[in-house]
Amino acid sequence: MTDSTPAVLEMAGIRKVFPGVTALDGVDFRLFPGEVHALMGENGAGKSTLIKVLTGVYDIDGGDVRLAGSPVRFAGPLQAQQAGISTVYQEVNLCANLSVAENIFIGREPRTLGRIRWGEMRKRARALLARLDLDLDVTAPLTSYSLAIQQMIAIARAVDIDARVLILDEPTSSLDAGEVEQLFQVVRRLKDDGVAILFVSHFLDQVYAIADRMTVLRNGRLIGEWRTAELPRMQLVTAMIGKELATLEEIEEQPRAAAAALERGEPVVEARGLGRRGAIEPFQLAIHAGEVVGLAGLLGSGRTELARLLFGADHADEGTLAVGGRPVTIRSPHAAMAHGIAFSSENRRTEGLVADLTVRENIVLALQAARGWTRPLPRRIQDELVAKYVAALQIRPADPELPVRTLSGGNQQKVLLARWLITEPKLLIVDEPTRGIDVGAKAEIQRLVAELAGGGMAVLFVSAELEEVLRLSHKIEVLRDRRLVEELDNTGGLDADRIMRTIAEGTSQ
Amino acid sequence: MRTVVRHRLFWPAAVLVVLLLSNLISSPGFFSVTLQDGHLYGSVVDILRRAAPLILVAVGMTLVIATGGIDLSVGSVMAISGALACVRIADGAGWAVAVLAALALSLILGLWNGVLVSVIGIQPIIATLILMVAGRGIAQLITGGQIINVTDDAYRVIGAGYALAIPVSVLIAAAMVAVAVVLTRRTALGLLLQAVGGNPVASRLAGVHARRLTLLVYVFAGLCAGIAGLIYSSNVSSADSNAAGNLIELDAILAVVIGGTALTGGHFSLAGTTLGAVLIEALNVTTVTLGIPVETTLLFKAVVVVVLCLVQSATFRTLVLRRRKNAIGAPA
Amino acid sequence: MTALGTTPATNKQAPPARNRVYRPKLRQLPVLATLALLIIMYVIGTANYRGFSDTQVVLNILVDNAFLLVVAAGMTFVILTGGIDLSVGAVVALTTTLAATLLDAGWPPAVVLPAMLLGGTLFGTGMGAVIHFFKIEPFIATLAGMFLARGLALLINRNSITITDGFWTSVAQQRIRFAPGVFISSSVVVALVVVLLGAYVLAYTRFGRTVYAIGGNADSALLMGLPVGRTRIGVYAVSGFCSALGGLLLSFYMLSGYSLHAQGLELDAIAAVVIGGVLLTGGSGYLFGTVLGVLVLGLIQTILTFQGTLSSWWTRIVVGALLFAFIVLQRLVTRRVR
Repeated sequence: MTDSTPAVLEMAGIRKVFPGVTALDGVDFRLFPGEVHALMGENGAGKSTLIKVLTGVYDIDGGDVRLAGSPVRFAGPLQAQQAGISTVYQEVNLCANLSVAENIFIGREPRTLGRIRWGEMRKRARALLARLDLDLDVTAPLTSYSLAIQQMIAIARAVDIDARVLILDEPTSSLDAGEVEQLFQVVRRLKDDGVAILFVSHFLDQVYAIADRMTVLRNGRLIGEWRTAELPRMQLVTAMIGKELATLEEIEEQPRAAAAALERGEPVVEARGLGRRGAIEPFQLAIHAGEVVGLAGLLGSGRTELARLLFGADHADEGTLAVGGRPVTIRSPHAAMAHGIAFSSENRRTEGLVADLTVRENIVLALQAARGWTRPLPRRIQDELVAKYVAALQIRPADPELPVRTLSGGNQQKVLLARWLITEPKLLIVDEPTRGIDVGAKAEIQRLVAELAGGGMAVLFVSAELEEVLRLSHKIEVLRDRRLVEELDNTGGLDADRIMRTIAEGTSQ
Repeated sequence: MRTVVRHRLFWPAAVLVVLLLSNLISSPGFFSVTLQDGHLYGSVVDILRRAAPLILVAVGMTLVIATGGIDLSVGSVMAISGALACVRIADGAGWAVAVLAALALSLILGLWNGVLVSVIGIQPIIATLILMVAGRGIAQLITGGQIINVTDDAYRVIGAGYALAIPVSVLIAAAMVAVAVVLTRRTALGLLLQAVGGNPVASRLAGVHARRLTLLVYVFAGLCAGIAGLIYSSNVSSADSNAAGNLIELDAILAVVIGGTALTGGHFSLAGTTLGAVLIEALNVTTVTLGIPVETTLLFKAVVVVVLCLVQSATFRTLVLRRRKNAIGAPA
Repeated sequence: MTALGTTPATNKQAPPARNRVYRPKLRQLPVLATLALLIIMYVIGTANYRGFSDTQVVLNILVDNAFLLVVAAGMTFVILTGGIDLSVGAVVALTTTLAATLLDAGWPPAVVLPAMLLGGTLFGTGMGAVIHFFKIEPFIATLAGMFLARGLALLINRNSITITDGFWTSVAQQRIRFAPGVFISSSVVVALVVVLLGAYVLAYTRFGRTVYAIGGNADSALLMGLPVGRTRIGVYAVSGFCSALGGLLLSFYMLSGYSLHAQGLELDAIAAVVIGGVLLTGGSGYLFGTVLGVLVLGLIQTILTFQGTLSSWWTRIVVGALLFAFIVLQRLVTRRVR
């Protein structure tokens, strides 16, 4: 793992352009045999694009890839595999219905005259797993083992293809601490065997536990490459999040000023020890009328999971929720809406809008669902409401009868917000409302959130951009590795550095 | 002109017109409608009369498909409904009692499908397959395996009678289409169904109760099939458990697809479905008048299914588009 | 398994208990249920009806359902990938009609037989290609195939055509006798060969295992570098071949070609496959189960025949009830596995 040994993989000046966005802009990346190299970055940094370039899913628009010194260009995952680059994904990409041995060898089974030699296959599977220090019943179906073991079986499959480069794309995201340690033992063993490992994870502790070197990307650009030992956490988080002070000058300091004046009476919504195994550990949270509560944390830190729990999109398995001081059970979004809670999802396309319906239909959907199908919202009232919000949010084009899929991302986001605003919620949860939209629309949405809170609505504002959270929130809840670690009052003196320190180290002290 | 051509129903309507016009070749008086004994007669009226059961079944199917489901059991439900009505009448019950009993049973059968799909969570195609298989057996069980002939004049009116010079069956079909339209467009049902079919996840997060709605559409589809079964059995004054609604599920699905409703769910068009159903019946009639072997209608349907699905297939569209682009961009 | 399998999986330092969750072999449960059902039905039959235990009664089930067995075997391949083939009945009818017509026109059996099998295979391949390349639902693509095949059959001849070809009649009369009054037809031999061959392919070839992988998780199969497209088209080709072969067997059995033969056969085949314990969503089940499924269907009919007072329509009701029971059973099994 010294720099004197030649790199097994070198990527230089990689460029990848999608219509309207440059996903990778001159990115360099290198990987040495026998090292674990973490690829770090927030949403849209270009991590997954880089991996897809490496595995032959995408063709590149510029730069070159060298494997063991010679230039390569893969036409697909299969070619990359044959060249010795294997990938293990976040979701276990194996077939649950097949046996362990088969999952390792299918497509490459030992055969004579086309007949699969099952005995030989099982023997080899056992030998291969033994190399990873695993002793499993290879005839058992995959489902009889835990996710962690399944993930290791996936690694065994990848390794058997004589992998020189092993890509682990968020393999730990659904494992618990003990399982992660098991997985890491396997990773270390492979590292000792000289395999070059590219590791992606959102958990900083894990990265520091396993990685020898890190490369940080942000917005499709290379920020830098460091040895883990030489990169303090604070510096890593700063590199990942960056500071985008330039764009949002328009919003005044009003929220902060208001924070002092805000009188906190009975909380609109209060979570007491609410939690869900594998998603978010039990947390305390109180949101008051007229208050904007910001959720800060890295991708995968549990931001969305917390929000979904409050809305009943997922079921909490412990703790209680109180609305207006009274304890309630919320088992579905419908029930949450009845208590005045609204949730605008971060995935506009898959969890938000119904693409083929019109702008008007999408806007009235939640209100109509709350009323039930037998009590239709009269068309006249629909038109009035829709016209009002199309104007107020400046949705363009201002034609409510267009299919919503024809609108731009920013306008789609406004349609989604409008859907919830017409239900006049007491608590509005917005998850990444400004992601992937242009700067103008972003500022408009931020101003809107501030105005809504000014009008007395409680808002839970979830965003990956710290500056935005800082600007808007009265108080900020910091999440780290699926735990709410600290609550910070946004009353002067609080800055991005302080939040980043909490994200990086778990405490700001 | 462009907007007319691009309208979703332009092509089915055009095909229908061409089909109807082609009848003029062998029967110049095809479009003539005469009034005899206060009844309208003529080939066009005949097409509508014959299309009535299909329209009914297809309308129910449309709502099911809008939610992203499918109902294969409609033919069996038709057979059961007709069988029960005829047996009750043969047993001496009044026609009204018989009809009500048949409709009640149809509702129950629809509920059965709905529960399997929405409560137990079985894939629609598999869930409704059960009743499709068992249904004709149940119908035969009701009739005792006989073809039950009935001679109740009042019952006969449903399928073969006239009111206001128009066939009663056509009026019933029209009424049910109207009910479906009112149900979906005057209430919020249409919007919510399209939301569920278009994006189930987003619908749930917007608070839509998908389960109840799904149950409801299968019950409605059962009712529609039940009424269609009554019309069919009344028209032939008998209950034939094998012939009633044979393969109608396929014609109904075809009518829905022709009418511009995608099988993946979401946007639906009741007018389109009705047009599709009439088109299929017009095709059957036209082949007869033109003296073409009846069998060709099956071939025609096969072609229509393939073409419509290819047009709806995103992959196919991009393939064709790329071809065109290549053809333009390719150097000579 | 050797001793290795009985020791719980360990990663040395990790707590061994949570690695291995014990589960009974759930995926074999439906097949065992079918086997139990079959035995119970047989016992009830022999207990209640005289002559039911006669060996020939069982053999007749095979003789009468040989063509269904072949068609259901092809259907098993398709359903294991999570697809469905509605065209099988129509392809059977088309095969009988076309074969009868060609024989009538004086074509030699040595040409007609391979031509039919090739035709069926190509027909299936075509549907598979449409399904794979244009991403059209199997249900719809094979529905079109069904219309097409039935339409072609009707176009060729609307009436039943009697087959008088010497080869055909001799095959039809061919009996393989084990003892006086104990025999099977040559069609049964063909069907059993098909089943054995099919079972071998599913268990011991890369194609067969890929079929299971696709049914388990098609996206994973693709990422694992398996030939998903080729295999998916392949299973419809297999189903097309089996339908054509089933059609030939039916034409031996009936000695006629008729465009309305085998109406609703697709339902019988699907029912046999499901009752045989094959998961309709794909990925789990055995061809052996399908054989049991066909036997269950045949046994139901035999019992009803012996009973005499129970009418034939009970067949459909019982089959429907069994379908319901097995689909709910499948639902419970998959719920626990996933």
